[in-house]
Amino acid sequence: MAEKMHAAQRRSGSRQPLVRVIKKNNMPLYQSTLLRVGAFITALIAGGLFILCLGENPLSVYGTILNGAFRSSIAMQGTVKIAVPLLICSLGLTFAFKMNFWNIGAEGQLIMGAIFATPIALYLDQLPRPLVLLLMMVAGMIGGGLWALIPAIFKVRFGTNETLFTLMLNYIAQYMIMYFREGPWRDPNSPAFPQIKRFAQSARLYEVLGVHIGWIIAILLVVLVYIYLNKTKQGYEISVVGESQATARYAGMSVGKIVIRTMFISGAICGLAGMIQIAGADYTLSDTVAGGVGFTAIIIAWVSRLNPFVIALVSALFAILEKGCSVMQSTFGISTTASDVLQGVILFFILGFEFFTRYALVFRKRGGK
Amino acid sequence: MSGVTTAHEIAIELKGITKTFGAVVANDNIDLDVKKGEILALLGENGSGKTTLMNMLSGIYHPDSGSIYIGGRAVTINSPKDAARLGIGMIHQHFKLVEAMTAGDNVVIGTGLDRRLRKKTRCAKIRDFSARFGLSVDPDKYVCDMSVSEKQTVEILKVLYRGARILILDEPTAVLTPQETERLFTILRKMKADGCAVIIITHKLGEVLEISDRVTILRKGRSIQTVSTAEVDAAKLTELMVGHAVDLSLERPETEKVPGMLKVRDLTVENSEGYNALADVSFDLAGGEILGVAGVANSGQKELCEAIAGLMKVKSGSILYRNEDIVGKSPADIIKAGISMSFIPEDRLGMGLVASMGMADNMLLKSYKDAKGPFLDKKPSRELAKVLIDKLDISTPGINTPVRMLSGGNVQKVLLGREIESNPSLLITAYPVRGLDINSSYTIYNLLNEQKKKGVAVLFIGEDLDVLLELCDRIMVLCHGRVTGIVDAHDVTKNDIGLMMAGEKPAQRGEES
Repeated sequence: MAEKMHAAQRRSGSRQPLVRVIKKNNMPLYQSTLLRVGAFITALIAGGLFILCLGENPLSVYGTILNGAFRSSIAMQGTVKIAVPLLICSLGLTFAFKMNFWNIGAEGQLIMGAIFATPIALYLDQLPRPLVLLLMMVAGMIGGGLWALIPAIFKVRFGTNETLFTLMLNYIAQYMIMYFREGPWRDPNSPAFPQIKRFAQSARLYEVLGVHIGWIIAILLVVLVYIYLNKTKQGYEISVVGESQATARYAGMSVGKIVIRTMFISGAICGLAGMIQIAGADYTLSDTVAGGVGFTAIIIAWVSRLNPFVIALVSALFAILEKGCSVMQSTFGISTTASDVLQGVILFFILGFEFFTRYALVFRKRGGK
Repeated sequence: MSGVTTAHEIAIELKGITKTFGAVVANDNIDLDVKKGEILALLGENGSGKTTLMNMLSGIYHPDSGSIYIGGRAVTINSPKDAARLGIGMIHQHFKLVEAMTAGDNVVIGTGLDRRLRKKTRCAKIRDFSARFGLSVDPDKYVCDMSVSEKQTVEILKVLYRGARILILDEPTAVLTPQETERLFTILRKMKADGCAVIIITHKLGEVLEISDRVTILRKGRSIQTVSTAEVDAAKLTELMVGHAVDLSLERPETEKVPGMLKVRDLTVENSEGYNALADVSFDLAGGEILGVAGVANSGQKELCEAIAGLMKVKSGSILYRNEDIVGKSPADIIKAGISMSFIPEDRLGMGLVASMGMADNMLLKSYKDAKGPFLDKKPSRELAKVLIDKLDISTPGINTPVRMLSGGNVQKVLLGREIESNPSLLITAYPVRGLDINSSYTIYNLLNEQKKKGVAVLFIGEDLDVLLELCDRIMVLCHGRVTGIVDAHDVTKNDIGLMMAGEKPAQRGEES
C-alpha cells in the first residue's frame, strides 16, 4: 500500500504548479490608477523597442505622434473629428453591453444610419438647412435602430446568437453602400468613377470652433447616456436584464420588450454617428464611412468599463494615437502597416494589464514542494 | 499526533492547512486527522470552511500553506487524479454519473480498470465487490432509471471499486428520505468495519451523533475542537459550532385562520423537457397559516413556486387567489395582487436579487415602477435598506456594496426582508434558511411567525423536517410532483413524512415510533 503511494507520488510530480492565478479583491482606486499608468509606460517602452528595430529614435517618434495630434488648430480639429464617431459608437454599444447583449454590429448600424440619411441630403437639399439636418438625424437614427432591431427580434423570438447575427449584418450593410453608389445614387456627372455626389451646403453640419457640431452632440450624449443608464427606470431595467433574465422576469419585467427597446436605442446612437460622419466630415456617402470605427468602439466601451465619462476620455486617447500615427507615417516615412503594428503593441499592453486589476499571480516558493 | 507508533493507524492527517480567497480566509491553520476504521464527522455552519477543506483533499484547490499526510507520508495533491491515486474518494452533493450508461459502465469508465474482461465477468466482479460492502447495486441497470439514493450508492461503489480507502461524503443526506439515510449509514458502518476512513460533512446534529466516532468542529475557518461523539450531545455540539449556547425550540403561535386565501386545484406543470414536474396538485392555504412543503430535492418545489408567481406556464388546473384565478396573469400583475415569492436556490443569489447591485438598488427591484415619471426614486429604497440593516442585523459595509460581496446569510436576510416589507398577503418562501447559521435561521423563523400573526398566508418550502414539524401548522408532502399527503403538523411523525416523501402511504395511526 505505502509503496504504491510512493510510486504515485513520483508519477504525479508532486510539486506545486509554478504559477497560480488567484482572484484579487477590489483594488483601491489609487492602486488601479497606478497600475494603468504602469501599463501605459510599459506600452511605450515596448512600442519604443519596435521603433528601434525600425531604425528610428523612439523619443522623436513619440514626440511626433504627440505633436502631430496637437501641433496646430487644424491638427487638433482633425483629432476631434476622429474622436467623435468613436465616442458616439462606444456610447451606443454601452447600452447593449450593459444588457449583456453582444452587439458587435456597430459598424453596420453606423453604415445604415448613413444610408438612411443620404437620400435626404441628395433629394431634399432644397429645404432649409436646419430642417434637412434634423430630418437626416432622425433618418440616421431610425436606420441604425432598425438594423439593430433585426438581431434583437430574432434573439427574443427564436434565441438566435446575436454575436454572429450582428457581425454578419455589418457585411450586408457594407455592400449595400456599394450597391447604392453604383446603382440608384450614382453621380451622373462622374461617368468614369462610380461615386455619390457631394452634399449641398444645406446638408452639411454647422461648425463650431472649426469642427462640425458633432462634438457638441457627442458631449451632450455622454451626459444623457449617463443619466439614462443610472437614473431612469429604463436604465435600471437594462442593468437587471444584463445581470440575469430570470431575475428580471421575477421582478415582473418583460424581458423581450426591454431587449428590443434597448437594442433600438443602441443602434440608433450608432446610426447617429453615421449621419454625423457623412454630414460633418465626408460630405458624401462612401464605402469608407465606417472604416472600422464600430469595431474600435467595442474595445473602447470595454476598456472604459461601460462608464460614459471614461469612454469620452478613452475615445480621445484613441483619436490622438491614430492622428499622431498618421503624422508619424509621413514624417518618418514609416509604412502604414508598421504604424498599425505600433498601435497594436501599445493597445496590447494597455488592455493586457487589465488582467492584473482583477487577478494576481502566485509563484511557487523557492524550495517549496 | 506525534510518534511512529500511531502513524500506521492514521489514514490521513492535515496539519496547519490555510487557504485564502482574496481577503477571505476560508481555512485558517486547520488540523485534522482520521484513523483507519473510523468515521469522522466534519461539523460546521455554512461558510465555516468545510467544503473548501475537502476540496483541497480531493485536489480541486491547493492549500496556501500546511501539509497533508497520508499513511504518515507528506503528499501534494494537485488534481483529482492525484487524489484518486492516493486512495481518496469524494462523493459530491451533485452526482457525477453518466446517465445514459449502466451502473457497471459508470464504475469502470475512464479508469482502464478491467478493460480486458468480458462484460459478463466484469459485472459479476462488480456484483461480488458490492456484496462485500452490502451495497445493493445492479451493474446492468441504467443510471437514468435509478432513484436518487440508488445513484448515490453507485457513486460510493465507484470510488470504492477504484481503490479508495479514504471516503469523503459532502452532505450526503440532503437528498435522502430518513429511511434512505438509514440505509446509507448501514453502508458507512460496513466500510468502517472494513478499515476505511470516512469523513462525513454535515450540519445535521442528529446524524452526527448517530454515525460518527469523533467530531471535528469548524467555525469561521478554524478547527475549534475535536471531540469524541460518545461524550457530547446536540446542545454541546451546537454550542461548539455557534460559539455560545442556543435555545433550539421553535414557537408555533395560534392564530385566527382566514380560509380561502389560496386554493390550488389539479395543478399540472410541465418542465422544459416536457415531463410533468407537478401533477394534479391540489391544496388550500388560509391566511394566518403556515403550510409547510416537504419532499426530497427536485420533487416539484421549484415549479410550484414559479407556477404561483406566474413564471412558469401552467398546463392545466387552476390557482385561485382570493377566489380569482391567477393562471395566465403576468408576474407583474401577480406581484401587484400581493403575492410575494422568494426562492433561495443552491447558489443562493438566484433570481431574487441582482448580485452586482447594492442593497439600496435591490430594494427597487419590484417597486421601481411605483415612482412617477421616467426617473427612479432611490430615496425610499435607501431608507428601506437602512431600516432592514437595523431590523434584521444585516452586516454590510454599506447600502451600495454589491450584494454578492455579502455572506449568504446576509443575502437571504436582504431578500426576505424586502419581500416582507412589501406587505404581501401570500408569502411563498423556499429554503429561506438554506445555508444560514443558527442565529440567522431563528431570526427568519421569527419573521415568518410574525407574518403569520399578521394574517399572511405563508407557503414554506423547507428541507429540515424537524423545523417543518415544529414551525408549520400543516405539512404537504410532494413526491415526484404529486401530493402524497397533507397532514396536521401537530400529530405526525418524522417517520410518516419520510414514507410519504418516498411515495408510500403512511402507516396506520397509533403505532407511532
